[in-house]
Amino acid sequence: MSEGLTPALEAARLVMARDLHLAFRRPGEVLQPLVFFAIVTTLFPLAITPELAQLRQVAPGVVWVAALLASLLALEFLYRDDAHDGTLEQYALSGQSLTWLLFAKTASHWLLTGLPLAIMAPVAALALGAPKGSVSGIIASVAIGSIALSLLGAIGASLTLGVRRSGVLLSILTLPLAIPVLIFGARATQLAIAGEDIAAPLYLLGAIDVLGITLAPLAASAAVRISLE
Amino acid sequence: MAWTWFHRLASPPYVYALAARLTPWFAWPAALLIVAGLYGGLVVAPPDYQQGEGYRILYVHVPSAWMSLMVYTTMAVAAGIGLIWRMKVAHAVAASCAALGATFTFCALVTGSLWGAPMWGTYWEWDPRLTFELVLLFQFLGYMGLRAAIEDVQRADRVSAVLAVVGIVNVPIIHYSVEWWNSLHQTASVMKLSKPSMPPEMLIPLLMTGLGFTLLFGALLLVRLRAEVLSRERAASWIREAVAGEAVRA
Repeated sequence: MSEGLTPALEAARLVMARDLHLAFRRPGEVLQPLVFFAIVTTLFPLAITPELAQLRQVAPGVVWVAALLASLLALEFLYRDDAHDGTLEQYALSGQSLTWLLFAKTASHWLLTGLPLAIMAPVAALALGAPKGSVSGIIASVAIGSIALSLLGAIGASLTLGVRRSGVLLSILTLPLAIPVLIFGARATQLAIAGEDIAAPLYLLGAIDVLGITLAPLAASAAVRISLE
Repeated sequence: MAWTWFHRLASPPYVYALAARLTPWFAWPAALLIVAGLYGGLVVAPPDYQQGEGYRILYVHVPSAWMSLMVYTTMAVAAGIGLIWRMKVAHAVAASCAALGATFTFCALVTGSLWGAPMWGTYWEWDPRLTFELVLLFQFLGYMGLRAAIEDVQRADRVSAVLAVVGIVNVPIIHYSVEWWNSLHQTASVMKLSKPSMPPEMLIPLLMTGLGFTLLFGALLLVRLRAEVLSRERAASWIREAVAGEAVRA
């Protein structure tokens, strides 16, 4: 037990440490969404054209749609095993706020998917003809945007907890909610590739993040409680 | 007691009977207003100086678009009430809204695209309002899909209620982000329907069909609500009495 932490912070630390431990025991599962992201971005030049000048035009959209789909794929790991083995029930019974614990789970989920995607995104963008100067902007936009994607995904994943074969339904529920993130994220990436100031869309993404951090864990815990009943 | 009316609304037999009594009060004015509004709009109103006769689809399109958002709001409010006060009837209202809302949204999309074909020269333009309607349609379909995927009615009620509430929080965000997205990307080549000064002979029929569609939604919602209550309470004894009473009257 680390010193100086309130019980709530200690609980969150333990939840995150457990999730990260489990994930690193099975690195294959963590890597899958990243491999998926790489493959999807590879498909676009094959489907459209190998000319970099044209690919540069569509690069922001390709990167963001691929990141969105990859983060959707990664949601499978967020709750599925914990719902199967009863961990979520233990969380609900633990006396700690379920909202808070789910927020911690979402945070570790972002560390395992959002952050690696943010690091991979500029590689994909470079391969699609983005200039070197855009790397930091692309990392920033995907990193900030994927926070909101993880939070929205947490809602979707908890809504579909009790549903068999939930993958397609999860996408149908989550993707419309993620449209603002896609718009502002792709816009920021586009501005970064054009070498312009990306502050405006980043602020909007940040605003969505703040709203999501405030409300999404509440909605997720409400949905988890309903499906545990 | 000021709140008895609210508590009585939680009782399925009361709501079932109330819905039956209220339905004609919505259905008849709706029929009159829609017929009169369509007559006014399709026959009486003059052709538009720019768009000719083609603009007349707006007497169906605009009310449908209004209703799509209104039904979503109704659904989310009902779902929120059901979630907070654990009111089964409110969940039944939300469940009855979904298919109606999807239908209105679909109508708005189809009529918008039919209008766009002669006016814009294309069936689909990535106009912010059309895009927003499309996203709204996906939200309705997602809600219906989630309901359909959960067998236990009470759980389906509460899970889908969380989705409806999350969705309504997101609606303004989607609305403004789509506007913003469009204003950045779109060139000014598209002719927009400008209606700053609509003459009264065009506007009044529109307001009539708008109100008519609202009442139509009310009437259809009441009918669907009765069906929903019937299917949920099919094991209850009051159903048998209520249905027997109706058979005697009929």
